[in-house]
Amino acid sequence: MIAFERVTKRFGPWAAVDAVSFTVEEGELCALIGPSGSGKSTALKMINRLIVPDAGTIRVAGEDIARLRPEDLRRRMGYVIQSVGLFPHWTVERNIATVPDLLGWPQARVRDRVTELLELLKLDPRRFRGAFPHQLSGGQQQRVGVARALAAEPRILLMDEPFSALDPITREALQAELATIHRETRTTIVFVTHDMDEALKLANRIAVLDQGRLVQCAPPLEILTRPADDFVRDLVGREEWGLKVLAVETVGQRVRPDGEAAGVPLPSAMPLRRALSEMVARGTDRLPVVDDQGRPAGVLHLADLVRP
Amino acid sequence: MTGRVLDLLTDRLTLALLVLTALMFGMPALKPLFAVLYPSLERPLYEADSFLALTADHLALVGLSSLGAVLVGCTAGIVVTRPSGAEFRGLLEAVATMGQTFPPVAVLAVAVPAIGFGVEPALIALTLYALLPIVENTVAGLEGVPASVLETARGLGMRPVEILLRVELPLAAPVILAGIRTAVIINVGTAAIASTVGAKTLGLPIIIGLNGSNPAYVIQGAAVVAVLAVVLDFGFDRLTFLLSRWRV
Repeated sequence: MIAFERVTKRFGPWAAVDAVSFTVEEGELCALIGPSGSGKSTALKMINRLIVPDAGTIRVAGEDIARLRPEDLRRRMGYVIQSVGLFPHWTVERNIATVPDLLGWPQARVRDRVTELLELLKLDPRRFRGAFPHQLSGGQQQRVGVARALAAEPRILLMDEPFSALDPITREALQAELATIHRETRTTIVFVTHDMDEALKLANRIAVLDQGRLVQCAPPLEILTRPADDFVRDLVGREEWGLKVLAVETVGQRVRPDGEAAGVPLPSAMPLRRALSEMVARGTDRLPVVDDQGRPAGVLHLADLVRP
Repeated sequence: MTGRVLDLLTDRLTLALLVLTALMFGMPALKPLFAVLYPSLERPLYEADSFLALTADHLALVGLSSLGAVLVGCTAGIVVTRPSGAEFRGLLEAVATMGQTFPPVAVLAVAVPAIGFGVEPALIALTLYALLPIVENTVAGLEGVPASVLETARGLGMRPVEILLRVELPLAAPVILAGIRTAVIINVGTAAIASTVGAKTLGLPIIIGLNGSNPAYVIQGAAVVAVLAVVLDFGFDRLTFLLSRWRV
């Protein structure tokens, strides 16, 4: 869906992004991660041409984006930034309607879409539709920011540290919201973060950048179990490494289909880390598991968590 | 209903407008009062022109010069805040500052030999004089738009013209309006001086009164100018409120 082919961007003598190549498949949630100055934000902003690369090609759905009008390209992608950037003189409704209005959608359709998005982001339409941004909390503002980015049903969503400025509880809620939206809409999402836990939790693929170079681009489990070098190993963090591995796998991947156990069952989509916590809390080494529809799916054994 | 009527009656803009209307139409009624105040004066009321006509001429001069300054000043302010016009910014600010450093009387004095007596030199002087606050505030207002707002406007696919019209100008409007307000209020006072070069304004009774030692004329002209300035100031106040309601 998005392909970087030896993309370079220099600011003065210094290469912010240095001959980077990687691909984000359709429907993936790809996290760009690295320390400050690693070039992750620059890489993201080149996808919607807020920054123009000096060399290399970026393709979106096979098309070289240098051939497209920047405005047309951007209207097909959602864009969310850390400082939100809501238009302070517009109501929540008009903010969300920005891109549909630019695209000339009929008013009735825009209105329905705003209602739908407010509900999706858990904001009561009756209360928030007519509110102005300064009347909202930081978390509510970013919810509106995400709704605005999704308004015209883009195939791609670009997010630049969208939750970094939020308090931990609000951040967790919005991360969960984003995971749901990603699961339900299968929108391709590119997500810049400096928080490895956030990347491990949300991403299907993690691209690690260091000083403008791509160090590793792989699924979360591979980043954890086969880090390309010490830089990636440090970024993951050596503390609680085992728990991080358990956090990226789900109960369904380790469940034994037969056997019986007592207690409230775990959903098979639950991360193993939480399953372990449940076992410790309930003082047991086995718990029943149910699938998405709530049907019995077997038993999870403590011994299977430590299996490689 | 009665509440709204009461609101309107106690509104300071309405009250100031009422006072102005009363002065424009009712000055002749005050003739006995001025006769009592200045018993030595043969003519205690300025009667060569109606105060209505003088106010209309005064407003036309202020309106035209301010409109010219708004068109030139806002356009220039917008141009120098675009990436393509940034190099002209220093020049523009120097010119605008110079326009304000010259006392309007000096501009009038220079303009008269060049284009003669009448309204034109007054228009030129007032327009130049109004330029600085408008340019300054247009630039300040546009620069005050948060970078994050501009970034998302661009990131969501607005064209530069759409960003200017839908985001930058509405957000800068209260600041730009403050500049226009300053310019207009200054011009209401300065326009009175324009009567020295032959433009008919509310300054006429003042100047004639000063020349002919007639304090009643001076008071009559000055009172209307003052109330006019107050009405315009209150009017701008209302407009600023309307343009920044989203901040409440």
